[in-house]
Amino acid sequence: MLCIQGGSIYDPLNGKAGEVGDIYVSDGKIVPSSSGARVIDAKGLIVMPGGVDIHSHIAGPKVNVGRVLCPEDHRTDPVPRTATTRSGVGHVVPSTFITGHRYARMGYTYVTEAAAPPLEARHVHEELADIPIVDKGMLVLMGSNHFVLSLIRDGEFERLRDYVAFLIRASGGYGIKAVNPGGGANWRKRGNVNSLDDEAVGYGVTPREIIDALIDVNEALGLPHPLHLHCNNLGQPTSGETTLETMALAEGRRLHITHMQFGAYGPKKGRPFASSARKLAEYVNANPNITMDVGQVVFGPAVTMTADAPLQHSLHRLTKERWVSKEVEMETQSGIVPLNYRKRTYAGAIQWIAGLELFLTVENPWQISLTTDHPNGGPFTSYPWVIKLLMDRDYREETAQTVSKRALGSSELPELTREYTLEEIAIITRAGPAKTLGLANKGHLGIGADADIAVYRPNSDYEAMFREAVYVLKGGEVVVREGEILSETVGKTYVADLEEDEDIIEWLKPKFSQFYSIALENYPVARDKFMPCEVVPCPPYISD
Amino acid sequence: MRRLENIVCSFCGSLCDDIVLEIEGNTISKVRGGCAISRSKFLSPIDNEVPLVDGKEVDFSEALDAAVEILAKARHPLIYGLSSAGSEAQAAAVKLGETLGASIDSTSSVCHGPGTVAKQLVGLSTCTLGEVKNRADVVVFWGCNPVEAHPRHFSRYSVQAKGLNTEGGRRDRRIIVADVRRTATAKAADIFLQVEPNGDFQVLTALRAVLSGNELRGDTFGGISRDEILNTSSVLQDAEYGVFFFGMGLTMTRGTHYNVQQALSLVHDLNEKTAFTVIPMRGHGNVAGAETVLTWQTGYPFGINFSRGYPRYGPGEFTVTDLLCREEVDAALVVASDPAATLPARAGEYLGKIPTIVIDPNYSATAKFARVFLPSAPIGVAASGTAYRMDQVPLPLKKVIDSKYPTDCDILLAIDKGVVECFAYKVALSMTH
Repeated sequence: MLCIQGGSIYDPLNGKAGEVGDIYVSDGKIVPSSSGARVIDAKGLIVMPGGVDIHSHIAGPKVNVGRVLCPEDHRTDPVPRTATTRSGVGHVVPSTFITGHRYARMGYTYVTEAAAPPLEARHVHEELADIPIVDKGMLVLMGSNHFVLSLIRDGEFERLRDYVAFLIRASGGYGIKAVNPGGGANWRKRGNVNSLDDEAVGYGVTPREIIDALIDVNEALGLPHPLHLHCNNLGQPTSGETTLETMALAEGRRLHITHMQFGAYGPKKGRPFASSARKLAEYVNANPNITMDVGQVVFGPAVTMTADAPLQHSLHRLTKERWVSKEVEMETQSGIVPLNYRKRTYAGAIQWIAGLELFLTVENPWQISLTTDHPNGGPFTSYPWVIKLLMDRDYREETAQTVSKRALGSSELPELTREYTLEEIAIITRAGPAKTLGLANKGHLGIGADADIAVYRPNSDYEAMFREAVYVLKGGEVVVREGEILSETVGKTYVADLEEDEDIIEWLKPKFSQFYSIALENYPVARDKFMPCEVVPCPPYISD
Repeated sequence: MRRLENIVCSFCGSLCDDIVLEIEGNTISKVRGGCAISRSKFLSPIDNEVPLVDGKEVDFSEALDAAVEILAKARHPLIYGLSSAGSEAQAAAVKLGETLGASIDSTSSVCHGPGTVAKQLVGLSTCTLGEVKNRADVVVFWGCNPVEAHPRHFSRYSVQAKGLNTEGGRRDRRIIVADVRRTATAKAADIFLQVEPNGDFQVLTALRAVLSGNELRGDTFGGISRDEILNTSSVLQDAEYGVFFFGMGLTMTRGTHYNVQQALSLVHDLNEKTAFTVIPMRGHGNVAGAETVLTWQTGYPFGINFSRGYPRYGPGEFTVTDLLCREEVDAALVVASDPAATLPARAGEYLGKIPTIVIDPNYSATAKFARVFLPSAPIGVAASGTAYRMDQVPLPLKKVIDSKYPTDCDILLAIDKGVVECFAYKVALSMTH
């Protein structure tokens, strides 16, 4: 039994915005007050639920290739072992142990791995198991899956629903991810889909139809998180229009647009490439069914990695940087290109501005989550810097003066005077993403919630404040004190609870042996591979 | 009798997962579906060896203590091998390496390591083997001989395999083989390029030159005539979906990572015209896993040193041949590989001069001069785990019979525990003085 005593509590889901109070913890959960608890003195400190990352790339085949690719980056940030912690490397694509340490030190206790190919899900889980302290969940790539596209073409909705459920179950997933839907089919011939109405070659379906069907499937399965979508045309100068059209096609249904910044460009003030964040924010403001995360760009080195393989190939052509690409049979593809966002270049500054404009013009903080699409826009360790930019207008304006003048001139950033409050930061870094992910016991400090708690020391330098928590509790155990890791506890993996269905396996069997290079029996990841796991209930199917 | 289906054979990097085993009592009595190598692997008796210290049979725990003592005393130990271990054992080896401040290296550094270095320089366009089966209409085998080294590669994945767009199997494909001699694989080729020894870089450069629109001056390039270069180049460009496999004939001949860099760049160039991918034809069952596990835990794929308490990467510095030939290490732990049979003689001989520990299901050539030999349960037979195929697809290895010996993973964890206790004792002792 522990009591965090006398801190200013920021718990937006329970309507607390800085009131002084005590939080009691027992058996890993928040409990009502009781006597005899060991006291952690939090007087003068800020108490928040543990941070929740809705979109990050921390484990699995493409992340690991990103690691292989960047020895020159690792050597800038070696991390020695200590009596309680393992060693590794940090910076842009940290090794697994260091990934867990650094999230925990910032007060984060849950991270979503945003893109896993089912065929390589076993690899993702092996890495997740080696990321200490934080809890994790994994989204399963489906936007260019052969069977998904074929079933949509054939109008077989129920079978599609059952197949999607099978994929999530087999790979130990938490939700559905679609990346540049349909693009993977054309990438097999080194093409792409360039609008929502382009056809996926060989399937005769369009991105519009794929997104529409996957939203319906997501809702029919009652998954805790809406369809997690990386839009078509991402990164292109006209991507803003596509993102708008994509949001519109949801027609009121839940939809999560991820790293929206990368799809928030359009022509403005005579410049072909500029931020169109304002327009997108207006749409989000008028449509509460949409949630999004930003994918803020951070100046300095990054490694871009995505299932949007055509985008990565064009990035390789543009920068002449190292390029890794991979096609995974029947399922997906990926591309990896290291990158450096430079504040003096027009394009880099536009991307930085577009992210901030989204943050400052999306009005309802429950609809927007803080991400850098780690490590695509920059490492997750720069979240505290982003928080400082949001909370401290003077600092933001000072920083804006150091970026490309042309870019700043084409933007609305100088007119945006908003400053985030601590409560709003608590929403976009924990309460909001937990709610959007459907994690009932995360992101708040109500009775029965997981005792995942971050305690910060107030500081007018918000970056310093959020870089190292004073205390972090994970599952009721103090794992961080004054930024130091006390114990490498094992986090849980969250999986969606979907029922076993024999019919879909019978249907899949002959096709699988024809087209895959492994046996169907060796495809599902046994659940003991990702123990300890937390099974998140999905409401029963909506009747047909 | 028990009958088990879809068992993974972890002998080579193909990781065929359609093996059928019949088991009577605690013995595998029949193997169906595998190649000759696979059959002999599954049928070879287990638990034939005994723990040894200085060639004398001892209790397992005694051998374990001897191993702990050697490693705890060493100033710069080397952990090497790992290519026939499961990913769990590979992770345990990293943990031990960190505890010891050791150098840790896998057989990668003497096989496909240069390919990984080349990948770090230019990247790599690749695909899984199912894509080869489903799509590939042009397949190149460069400096590799799957007919003998990966016997079912042709039929399962790359030549006769029938899939989505390759219903005709072999008929739908054109096969190019480049090698210094007419191997069994070369006999299956539509185009055979008999490259001069060490001429690979030249041939690949000529192919790249043609692709980028340059005119070739000269008659032959690395032993290949101008016409053959032009013809090969047009076959490559005409592919709908091409795949380039390369082996140690490219990575371990003169030029090493420069050769591979040129091959990977050739494939990059081809992607401007069509879809083309490249897959390293990895030899040992889980050598790909060794790179994968080392990378996620340390950031680096092989050739790692922990002496400063954090991982440092140094191909040529912390790689096995270099460490042994320069006589820089003072103890060695060899896990699931046989360096005495594969490394240059001088490196192998040095292993005999320092205290060497071998963990292996079999009494290998290295075990013959090891100070300590710890027999282990063979992975994929009497131990479960994960292995990564040559295209990085992870597959589950099953335990189908029981061994009286622990798994290599458990042995490594026990050694680590022993060493940690030794070090704690040393610290306690120093504090009493």
